[in-house]
Amino acid sequence: MQAGVTEGRSIEQLDTLWRYEIPEGVLLDFRLAGPVVRACAWAIDAALRGIIYLVLVMVLALLGGIGTALMLIGFFLIEWFYPVVFEIHNGATPGKRAMGILVIQDNGTPVTPSASVIRNLLRTADFLPFLYATGLVTMLINQEFKRLGDLAAGTLVVYRDEQHERKDPPLAIASKPPIELSETEQLTLLAFAERGENLSIGRREELAELLVEQTGLQDGKAVDALYAYANWILKGR
Amino acid sequence: MRQQQFEAENQTLWDEITQLMDDLQRSRSKRRLPHSQHLDFPDHYRQLCNHYALARSRGFSPALVDQLHGMVLRGHRLLYRQQGGWRWRVLYFILSGFPRAVRRNGGYFALSLLFFLLPALLMGVGCYLQEDLIYTVMDENMVAQMETNYDPTNERPGRSVERSSETDFTMFGYYILNNIGIGFRTFATGILLGVGTLFILLFNGLVIGGVAGHLSQLGYHETFWPFVSGHGAFELTAIVICGAAGLLLGHAVIAPGQRTRVQALREHAEESLQLVMGAALMLLAAAFIEAFWSSNTLQPSIKYFVASLLWLCVAFYLMLVGRGDHGSR
Repeated sequence: MQAGVTEGRSIEQLDTLWRYEIPEGVLLDFRLAGPVVRACAWAIDAALRGIIYLVLVMVLALLGGIGTALMLIGFFLIEWFYPVVFEIHNGATPGKRAMGILVIQDNGTPVTPSASVIRNLLRTADFLPFLYATGLVTMLINQEFKRLGDLAAGTLVVYRDEQHERKDPPLAIASKPPIELSETEQLTLLAFAERGENLSIGRREELAELLVEQTGLQDGKAVDALYAYANWILKGR
Repeated sequence: MRQQQFEAENQTLWDEITQLMDDLQRSRSKRRLPHSQHLDFPDHYRQLCNHYALARSRGFSPALVDQLHGMVLRGHRLLYRQQGGWRWRVLYFILSGFPRAVRRNGGYFALSLLFFLLPALLMGVGCYLQEDLIYTVMDENMVAQMETNYDPTNERPGRSVERSSETDFTMFGYYILNNIGIGFRTFATGILLGVGTLFILLFNGLVIGGVAGHLSQLGYHETFWPFVSGHGAFELTAIVICGAAGLLLGHAVIAPGQRTRVQALREHAEESLQLVMGAALMLLAAAFIEAFWSSNTLQPSIKYFVASLLWLCVAFYLMLVGRGDHGSR
C-alpha cells in the first residue's frame, strides 16, 4: 500500500490492488473482489430471492386475480431489479454486503443508477450459456475482474474498506536507532510497532529477534527496543 | 516535520471533516449542521487530500496513511456522488429524451426493423399459402393452443379456455413479466457481437408472422386482428427498439472505431440504455392495453379505429416529440 506509483508491472501488481488517481491528484487504492467471493455473494442473494418468491406466492395467492397480477409483477421486479434497488441505495445487495464487497464506478464514486441498471440487465448475457460461464471467462481475461455487465457500465466490485480503530504504538521511551535507516526500513519499524499488539507474544518476539545481529537483544527486550526506535521515528528527540 | 507534530496540528481539522461527512451522509431532512458549514466541505476535502499525499510521501506510519486514505475515499464518494432530481429526469426523458434517442439511432432501428419485419412477412405469407408451414417454428401443442385461443367460438379471444376466467389484472401481470423480459433479453444478448439480438428478433418475427398468416388462412381474422392490432403498436415497436439497443451494443464490440472496445462499449451502453428504458415503458403501456382493451369484444371496426389511433400516436411520438430540444432533430 505504501510505495508510490509503480512503473510497468511490478510485484505490487501481483496483488489485486486497483489504483486510481482522483482529480485532487492523490491515489486511492481499492482491493478488487474476485470471482469466488462474488459467486458467494450471488448465492446468498439467490437464496434470499427464493425466500422472497415464496413469501410473495404465499401471501398474494390469497387475494385472487389481483393477487396473481401483483405476484407476477413482483416476479418481474425481483428478476430484473432486485440488485438495482440495493446497489443504488448503498452499493451492495444483501449478499454482497454479507461478503463485505460493494459496487462502485471505476472512478471510485458510488455506482450511478444507470450504470447499475446496465450491469444488471447484462447479467442475461453474462449468464450464458449456463451459470455465468461467459461472465467468469470475461472476469478472468481482464485485470479488474469485470464481467460483461461491468465493462459496459464502467463499474467495479471492490472490498468494502473497513475503517479500523487506529491504535497508537505502545508507549516507550524514544531512542535513536543505532544506524541510519532507509524510509522503507522506518516504515517497517512503524508497522511493526502499530500492529505488534495484534500478534501473539511469541510471534512478536520472533519477528523482533530477526534483528538480533543489529540490536544484540532477545525476547521481550528486542521488542521493546524496536518500539523505542519506532517512537523515535514518530516523535524525534 | 515529525508525524506526531503533524497529527497534533491537523487533528482538529480531521475531526471537523469527519463530523461533516457524517452529517452529509444523513438524508437531507435529518442533517444537524447548518448549510453554510456544508459549503466548506470541498475546501476541507482538498486539504485532506493534501494531508494524505504528504503523509504518504513523508513516510508517516502505515496506520496514519490508512486512516487518511479511508477519509479521502469517503470524501471522494460524498463529493462526487450523483443525487436527487430523478423525478424530473424521468419526466423529461419521456417527453423528450427517449424519442430523440430513437431518432439519433435511426439506422439501428431500421436494421432491427428489417430483421424483425422481413422474416415476419415472409413467414406470414408462407403460412397463409401453406397450411402446415407453421409447424416448422412451433410444435403441435402450441399450434393447437393458439388455434383455440383465437377460435371465433371462444368467448374471450386471445386467451386459452382455461385462462378465460382469469381477470384482466392477472393477464396484465403476465404480460409485464413476459414481454418486458423479452425486451430486456433482446437488448442484453446484443453484447455477444449482436448475435443474440438478431436471433431473438428473427425468431420472434418468424413466430409472430407465422401465427398471423396461419390464423388468417384458417379464417380467424375476425378474432385475431382486432385483438392484436391495438397493443401491437406499442409492443412490436418496443421490441424493435430493444433490438436497436442490442445492435448498438454489438456494434461497439465488433467495430469500436477510434476507441478501445471497452470505451466504445461504455458509450454505446449508455446510449442504448435510454432506448431500452423507453422501450420498457412502451411495453408497460402495451401490457396495459392488451390486458384491459384488446381483450374486449367490441365491434372490430371500433377496435381497428382505436388501433389506428394508437399506431398514429406511436409514430407521432417517436418522430416528432422533442424535436428542436438542444438543437436536436
